Amino acid sequence: MYPSRFNYEAPTSVEAAIALLTEGDGEAKVLAGGQSLIPMMKLRFASPATLIDINNIPGLDSHGADADGTYRIGALVRHADLEKSTTLPDHLPLIASAAHLVADPIVRTRGTFVGSVCHADPQGDWASCMVALGGSIVAQGPNGKRSVEVKDFVAGPFQTVLAHNEIAIEAVIPAAKGTRAGGYLKLERRVGDFATAGVGLALDMSGSTVNNAGIGLTGVGAQTINAEAAAAALIGSSLEADAVENAARLAAEASNPRSDHRGSADFKRHIIATFVKRLASNVQRAEAQVA
Amino acid sequence: MALDEIKIGGLGASRRRVEDNRFIRGKGNYVDDVVLPGMLHMEILRSPLAHAKIKSIDTSAAYAIPGVRMVMTGEMMAARNLAWMPTLSYDTQAVLATDKVRFQGQEVACVIADDPYIAKDGCEAIVVDYEPLPPIVNPTQAMAADAPLIRDDKIGQDNNVIFDWAVGDREGTDRAFAEADLVSEISMHYPRSHPSPIESCGSLADYDRSTSKLTVYMTTQAPHIVRAAVSLVAEIPEHMIRIISPDLGGGFGNKVPVYPGYVMSILASILLEAPVKWIEDKSGNLISTGFGRDVYLKGQLAVRNDGKILAVRMHTDSDHGAFFADAQPSKFKIGLMHSAFACYDIPSAHLTARGVYTNKSPGGVAYRCSFRVTEAMFFQERMVQAAADDLGMDQAEFRRVNLVKDDDFPKRTPFGFLTDSGQYEKCLQIGLDAIGYDDFKKEKEEAKARGRLLGIGISTMTEPLGAGNSREYDILGIKMFDSAELRVHMTGKAILRTGAKTQGQGHETTWAQIVAHELGIPAEDIVVEEGDTDTAPFGMGTYASRSTPVAGAAVSMVSRKIRAKARKIAAHLLEVSDEDIEWELGRFYVRGAHDRGVTIQDCAMAAYSNVPDGMEPGLENNAYYDPPNLTWPFACYIATVEVDPETGVWDVLRLVAVDDCGVRINPMIVEGQIMGGLTEAYAMANMQFITFDEDGNCVGSNYMDYLLPTAWETPGFELHEVVTPCPHHPIGAKGIGECATVGGPAAFVNAVIDALKGTGVRNIDMPLLPDRVYEALQTGKDISGHPPVKTD
Repeated sequence: MYPSRFNYEAPTSVEAAIALLTEGDGEAKVLAGGQSLIPMMKLRFASPATLIDINNIPGLDSHGADADGTYRIGALVRHADLEKSTTLPDHLPLIASAAHLVADPIVRTRGTFVGSVCHADPQGDWASCMVALGGSIVAQGPNGKRSVEVKDFVAGPFQTVLAHNEIAIEAVIPAAKGTRAGGYLKLERRVGDFATAGVGLALDMSGSTVNNAGIGLTGVGAQTINAEAAAAALIGSSLEADAVENAARLAAEASNPRSDHRGSADFKRHIIATFVKRLASNVQRAEAQVA
Repeated sequence: MALDEIKIGGLGASRRRVEDNRFIRGKGNYVDDVVLPGMLHMEILRSPLAHAKIKSIDTSAAYAIPGVRMVMTGEMMAARNLAWMPTLSYDTQAVLATDKVRFQGQEVACVIADDPYIAKDGCEAIVVDYEPLPPIVNPTQAMAADAPLIRDDKIGQDNNVIFDWAVGDREGTDRAFAEADLVSEISMHYPRSHPSPIESCGSLADYDRSTSKLTVYMTTQAPHIVRAAVSLVAEIPEHMIRIISPDLGGGFGNKVPVYPGYVMSILASILLEAPVKWIEDKSGNLISTGFGRDVYLKGQLAVRNDGKILAVRMHTDSDHGAFFADAQPSKFKIGLMHSAFACYDIPSAHLTARGVYTNKSPGGVAYRCSFRVTEAMFFQERMVQAAADDLGMDQAEFRRVNLVKDDDFPKRTPFGFLTDSGQYEKCLQIGLDAIGYDDFKKEKEEAKARGRLLGIGISTMTEPLGAGNSREYDILGIKMFDSAELRVHMTGKAILRTGAKTQGQGHETTWAQIVAHELGIPAEDIVVEEGDTDTAPFGMGTYASRSTPVAGAAVSMVSRKIRAKARKIAAHLLEVSDEDIEWELGRFYVRGAHDRGVTIQDCAMAAYSNVPDGMEPGLENNAYYDPPNLTWPFACYIATVEVDPETGVWDVLRLVAVDDCGVRINPMIVEGQIMGGLTEAYAMANMQFITFDEDGNCVGSNYMDYLLPTAWETPGFELHEVVTPCPHHPIGAKGIGECATVGGPAAFVNAVIDALKGTGVRNIDMPLLPDRVYEALQTGKDISGHPPVKTD
């Protein structure tokens, strides 16, 4: 487990990091938590000429809600920061319920939310959550900032639309249209295993009525799946059995899993449908408790 | 006054492990911690293909990298007659491939360089031209009429079969089957697993031309066997070889064989006249070194309506990979598979066993078990549950009918072993009472009415631990016994050395406790050393739960020799004859005058300053111990589970363990062994396997795919104890290191199958992954899990 030779840079501003990326001309990689990049380098699946460590750049390590309810997660916010946050469950129940399911405690301590989305692993949990929430990534390059919705940000397995000299500096989740509800379920063989299948459900509710819905699917396709039709089936409903059943079926249809040592394609589709139903039922139970 | 044995750290003291003091401070000394001046580093290039001809190897680009000192290929090894080496099972194994590669991960070349990074760069620069051949990943493929021949290097080998072996009473078994009321039949696969010690394998070879001496620091559980093997393979005289096995980060059977990497580092050190270090990476360990299991069973029990088992029939097909490199007593081709059913009173049994080559890594090591005993006991307990279900009899009652009774020992087993002692029914009853068997059965029925699936599984077994005796047990002709050497210094402190090799078992703690028990010298006054062949006496090493039964017995016997000499010294000091001397722990005294005595420490001082006329001074000795029989511990494990019918996920509700390993030297260490073993058992039942796809690619080549359970998944275990002293061991101890790994898996699997009772499902192959359990529930059919794994 010995990586190829590489240069190491540790800039202290986003601008300096962008300059180094430009200089790297596609051969430089940004290092945030390193929980995917470093193992890939040790396996020599990745051999960047230069690592640009952004951990010394101030201002990237906070998360929180703007006055209008927009939620921002900086590029150096660790999974564990979200897991341990006491305010997050009120703002983003989906993110809060997924935070303790990401990888294992060691990875969560070091790995970052934004880095995970940029890694664009089809088995990554955060991209599914972001797709469900309609979230975006803010990328900064030599010509300034731009915002890309995560459903458009991921271009394929382990690929994003980031230019070689852009850095993802934060994730942004729009304010809810009503009360936020939802959650994340994942089937894994063991803590730290990649998902056999995972579902993120984000709902904006008025009372028991669904104003807006998003469903992201993990590990059941070549990239994170935005199950738009399934989510649409819930909008306007009060999570009645018919609507949930319909959404579960549409989510399973939207998935495109492969048979492998984690299970057959049919089994994974079944899990997707089962989890959509369980998540909806959990929301209803919580509603009932409030009422 | 006699000493308080617990206070001096004798038998029964839950003494803290003395080795942990350095481990928890990060002061352990592993092979990779050893640094020698001028040391070079070796990395291995492995085959990406499972079966392919090597057309050419171009090493020129590797040599062009600054810092690369040497590249070795099979051709170079062949020129020195080292391209092939003998295995522990009378086969040969390629050190570096010459003609073709036979499994993914096979060693193709190695690079020696100034640092490991450069060595790895060198490996990447080597160009190998392969011509792919069709791979074979299971015995059915291996035995097909048109199967490609894997071992075309072997003269006279015209198919892929390694052995056809049989043991037992065929005719008696046939007769019993003809008389049976019911024949219960079941087939299954015990999947390939890997011992996966956290520390992978490695060596640091240091050949000194000026003294002609070869010193090798090596991750080995059996340093003396390695010394003999290296002497034979490398043609270096045995006294010019020093094998040092320093601290080991686990072994579990994986560090018994001699691996190609060791041989390469030795040759490289000789050729370059520099120390050469090779530390295997984790994937290298998982894909190329000794695995466990990979056996297919067809099992039949002949049963009478009253529950009595009349006979057993077993047929196994075992997948040994590309080279027959099983680590086992040489005369038993499928290890001690025929120890199956040893805890049951069954008149006759017959086993046929066939072994085949496949394009998978070689091994067949005893992964935390006594040579295939894990498979034997798993098959046994799965067959027993299936037969009880087929008969419609309660599974606990079915066992009670057939277990050997306390008065019947020593008892000949169905296949001819001789079990020594036990209280089997008592252990079972303690387990049933602890789990609340009858209440759980009621709870299960009530839950079922509400759509919940609960299950309870039992596993009862005895296993043969502590090979030899030397008449029946040898490895490549090297007889299996062990020795210990004890030196008591003049102040009564002592050093003990044995030919075993601790790798987590805690020998440094427990051996001292045996000496304390025998001599009354406090355990803290005794230092224990193992692993250096220049200083340790001969031994066969530590594996197969044999240390306490064999080396531990030698520790006892050498202590008794010391005590016998000390008694003579005591008589001299007390001015009485030997016959008038009595012993109590730590002290000799004059019979009838208890206050007139001398301590063992007094005797030690006198041994160096005041010995009787005609006696050699000093107080040291050694003892060889050739055990009269194996030791036979008993275990009863009972698991309760709940299966989620929607996802196939199952959770362990409780696991009750009742272990009888005879006298416990250090109860805390014994309990740790049982918990560790149960964790491994749970892993194999629930999540862990190394499988292969149809191209022979290894699925399970890293810790993302080969799963070790964490504290999060591992259920809690409730431990209970019964003590039946071993009648032929000096301190009544039996092996324990592996009981839970051996007996545990069947308890979990039986529980899940019990939860599915009524669906028609009789077997799901391990690991019982959610998709397999779900599919079984959906189809009502048995689920097989053998390779190739289904992919698209």
